[in-house]
Amino acid sequence: MFNPDKSAVAAPHPLSRRGFLVAAGAGGLAFGFAGLSRAAGDAAPPAATAPGFEPTLWFTVGADGIVTVNIIRAEMGQHVGTALARILAEELEADWAKVRIVHVDTDPKWGVMTTGGSWSVWQTWPLYSRAGAAGRIALIEGGARLLGTAPAACTARGGKVIAGGRSISYGDIVARGGLTRSFTPAELDKLPIKPVTERRLVGKPVAAMDIPDKTNGSAIYGIDAKVPGMVHARPVLPPTRYGAKVVSIDDAAAKAVKGYLQSFALDDPSGSVPGWVMVIATSTAAAIRAADLVKVAWSGGDGATVSEKTIQDRGRALIADPKAGGIVDTGGGDVEAALKTAKTRITATYTTASVLHFQLEPVNALAFEKDGVFEIHTGAQWQSLTLPVLAKALGRPETSIIMRTYRIGGGFGRRLNGDYAVPAALAAKALGKPVKMILTRADDVRFDSFRSPSVQTLRIGLDAQGRAVAMDHAASAGWPTQILAPGFLPKGTNGTPYDPFAINGADHWYAVGTQQVRAISNDVANSSFRPGWLRSVGPGWTNWAVESFIDEAAHAVQADPVAFRLAHLTGAGRNAGGGLTAVGGALRQAAVVRRAAELAGWGQKLPAGSGLGIATSFGQERDMPTWTACVAQVRVAPKTGEVTVEKLTLVVDAGTIVDPDSARAQVEGAALWGLSLALHEGTTFTNGQVADTNLDSYTPLRITDVPELVIEFTASDQPPVGLGEPATTVVAPAIANAIFAATGKRQRHLPIRPEAVLATV
Amino acid sequence: MTCFRINGREVSVDADDDTPLLWVIRDDIGLTGTKFGCGIGMCGACTVHVGGRATRSCSTRLADVEGAEVTTIEGLDPAGQHPVQKAWVGLQVPQCGYCQSGQIMQAVALINDFPAPSDADIDNVMAGNLCRCMTYVRIRAAIKAAAADMKGGATHV
Repeated sequence: MFNPDKSAVAAPHPLSRRGFLVAAGAGGLAFGFAGLSRAAGDAAPPAATAPGFEPTLWFTVGADGIVTVNIIRAEMGQHVGTALARILAEELEADWAKVRIVHVDTDPKWGVMTTGGSWSVWQTWPLYSRAGAAGRIALIEGGARLLGTAPAACTARGGKVIAGGRSISYGDIVARGGLTRSFTPAELDKLPIKPVTERRLVGKPVAAMDIPDKTNGSAIYGIDAKVPGMVHARPVLPPTRYGAKVVSIDDAAAKAVKGYLQSFALDDPSGSVPGWVMVIATSTAAAIRAADLVKVAWSGGDGATVSEKTIQDRGRALIADPKAGGIVDTGGGDVEAALKTAKTRITATYTTASVLHFQLEPVNALAFEKDGVFEIHTGAQWQSLTLPVLAKALGRPETSIIMRTYRIGGGFGRRLNGDYAVPAALAAKALGKPVKMILTRADDVRFDSFRSPSVQTLRIGLDAQGRAVAMDHAASAGWPTQILAPGFLPKGTNGTPYDPFAINGADHWYAVGTQQVRAISNDVANSSFRPGWLRSVGPGWTNWAVESFIDEAAHAVQADPVAFRLAHLTGAGRNAGGGLTAVGGALRQAAVVRRAAELAGWGQKLPAGSGLGIATSFGQERDMPTWTACVAQVRVAPKTGEVTVEKLTLVVDAGTIVDPDSARAQVEGAALWGLSLALHEGTTFTNGQVADTNLDSYTPLRITDVPELVIEFTASDQPPVGLGEPATTVVAPAIANAIFAATGKRQRHLPIRPEAVLATV
Repeated sequence: MTCFRINGREVSVDADDDTPLLWVIRDDIGLTGTKFGCGIGMCGACTVHVGGRATRSCSTRLADVEGAEVTTIEGLDPAGQHPVQKAWVGLQVPQCGYCQSGQIMQAVALINDFPAPSDADIDNVMAGNLCRCMTYVRIRAAIKAAAADMKGGATHV
C-alpha cells in the first residue's frame, strides 16, 4: 500500500542523510532558531554554546548528561514526544530522568514533517532505535578509552558506561571530548534492535512529558502565539469554498468598533482562500466584532447549488458505471464470473453523512517577516505539504519560510491541510507587519476540510457451505489526497489513479475468493468543498461498510457473526501477512476477534431490546495492520428509537506497546470518536455550506453518553504499529450490528439517528 | 475603565463594556491558559471562576465583573498543585489539553458544591464541557480521586 511519508523509513539509510559522524564539541548547534522550543512549549533547550555530542540529527548528549531528543511529529494529544524519546533512550541506555524532548520547527534537514495516519511510532521505531544504538556504541567506545579498558569489557546502563566496578557518566564522556566514531550506512543497518528481555523503558509505565503544562495553563498553542506590534485579523468568508470573487466591501458600520483598522480582499496565488476578506483590528475582540459588521458582496461561487443529496446521487451514479474509478490490487480475477457461481448473493449500499473535525482550537496563525525569513507560528500536522503552498502564496522560496511549532488544540486531520496559514501570511505581507488571525468557531467550521459524504455498494457471493467466493466493493467520496496532494495517488490495476486514503480498509484480510475493490472520486464533492482527512480517514467509512456487510452475509447464511468472521480469517494466500510489521496476517485478526467475543460474553442472553454486535479492523493500511476488534452492547428504546451504548469491549494487537498508558488513552479516545461518529455527529452540506456551524446544533459526544469501556492489548513482541485511529473504525459497525441483534433491523446510514431506528422497529 | 481582581491581583481594563471577559483575560491581561472554543458558552473551554462560581468567560461581559473576584487556571494554585490538578496529572487525563483548563475549573467548582460527587452529579455538571479528544473516562476518575483527596485533606484543616 502506498504511503506518502515512506521516505523516512523506506529510504535505505535514513541516518545517512547527514552521515553519522561523531564529534564531541561540534554538536549543541542543532537549534538554529533561538527560542523555538519555548514556542513549542517544551523545556528550555541547551544553550547553543554548550559542547555536546550529536551523533545524529535526532538527538544530542550534553556535557551535563542531558539527552535532548528532536521530535518532528506534532503534539496534539498523543504524547508522541514521550513515546519517541522512549524508543531512542531504550537503545541509548539513557538515564530517563535526563531525557528531554524538543518539538522542532521546520528545516529541510528533518525530511518529511507530517503527523498523521497513526504512523509516528511505527515509522520512528526502526529509525530511533538504531540512532540510539549507534549513540550507545560510540559512548561505550569513548567510555572504555577513558576507563582504560576495551569496549567489549563495558556495558551501558542508565546513562553510564560501566566496566567492572568502575563507571563514567555519558555527560563526563561528552565533556572530556574525543568522540570520533562514525558509522557507514551498512553498519547502521546492521545494528540490532534489543531483544524484548533487555527492554528497560519500552513497554514500561512512564509519565508523559507534555501533561503537567496542560493542567496549569502554561501549555502554549498556536492561538496563544504573540509578537510585539502584531495586529489582529478575522476573515469574512465567501459563500462557497471555491470560485467566489469579491465585488465590493462596505465597512461603514465596522468603523464604529473601537480598534477597527481596515478591511481588504486577499489576492491568493495559491488558490487556498479565494474570495476572502480580512478584517484587521487592534484586538481579537475588535476583529471579531468588526467582521460581523463588514458587508461584502461576491460574484460567482462553485457549488452554490450543491447539497448533500446532489453529492450522494452523483456517488450512486458513478458506482453504477462499471468503468468509473481505480481498481485496487486485491489479487485480480473476474468478480462478475465468480459472483455467478455463488449459491447466495447479497447486495447492500451504505452511506455516511458529512462530518466535521470540530477540533476545539479554531484554526489560527501568526505570520510576519523578519530578517528576510517569513515566520508562520501555528499548530500544523503536515508542514512539508504546507510550505510549498505558502511559497506559492507569498511568491518567495520555501527556504525563506519557517513554520514554528506549537502545541495543537486538536488535530484529527484538520491540520494536515495547512490552508489556514495562507491568509495570515498574505495579510502580513500586504500590511508589512505581524498579523495574528483567529477564526471564530463558525468561521472554522465553514472553512473546515470536513469528511466527505460517502456512498458504497457491496456485493458478496457465498457457496452452499456459507463460504464467500466473491466480493465486490465500490466506494465513492470526495478525495482529500486528490485535491491536496495529487502526486501521492497510485495507479489502479486498470490504470486509473486512486486516493489510497479514501479506500484503505476495503482491501480487508478476509478470504472471500475473487475480490474487487473500486475507488471512485466524487467530482461534485471535490469541486464544491475541500474534502479533508478526518481521524481514521478512509477506513472510517470503508470499514463501516465492510463490517456491516460481513454481518449481513453471516446472517444471510444463518451463521454466527463471530464464527463467520473466524471462518474467513484464514491467514492464507495474500492474507498470510509477513514483511516487517504484518507478521501473522489475518490469524492475528482472528485472535483479537476471538478474544473480544470472549471478554464481552458473546452468546449471552440479553433482555429484549438489547444486543451485542461485533466488528473488526486491521486499522489504516495493510502494511501497518493494527489488529482491532470491538463488541458493542446496546439497548434500543422501542418508543423513541434512541440507542444507548452500554459497553464497548475492545481488543487491540498493535505489536509492541511503547508507552502503555498513552496507548490506552489513544484507544479510549479513538473508540469514543467512533461512538460519536456513529450516533452523535453528522451535518448536511446545503447549497455550498455545511448546515451546522456550532455546538447549538452539532453535537459531539459528551460525558453523559460515555459507556463502560473495556480495553485489552494483546501481548506481542512484534514491532509497534499505529494506535490513533484504528479503534475509531470498528465502533460504528459494531453498534449497527448490535442494533440488528436487538431489533432485527439493519442500519445502513451514519450517523444512526433515533428517527431512523424508529422507522425500522 | 473596569476594575476587578484576577488571581488576587487588582486590574483596571480600558475596553468596551460588552467585550467578552475571555478576550480581556487573554489579550489585555495576557493570561492564555483560558481557551476560546465555541464562543457561545457551550464547550466550556473558557471556564473561569467569578466569585467562586464556574463561569463561561466567552459569554460574560467585561462590565459584569466590575468589582468581582476572577480566578483563572493560572490562579487556582500558586504551584499548579491543586488536588484537582494533581489528580489530572496522576491519571494522565489530558490529551491535546486544549479544553482541560476549563474542565479543571469546572471540576473544582463541582467538588466545592458536591464534596463526594456521584456519577450523576458529574454528568450533570460536566456535560457542559466538551472534550474533543474524548478523555471523559479519565475526567470522571480524576474528579472522584480529587474529591476523595480533598475530603481526606479537610480533616487536617
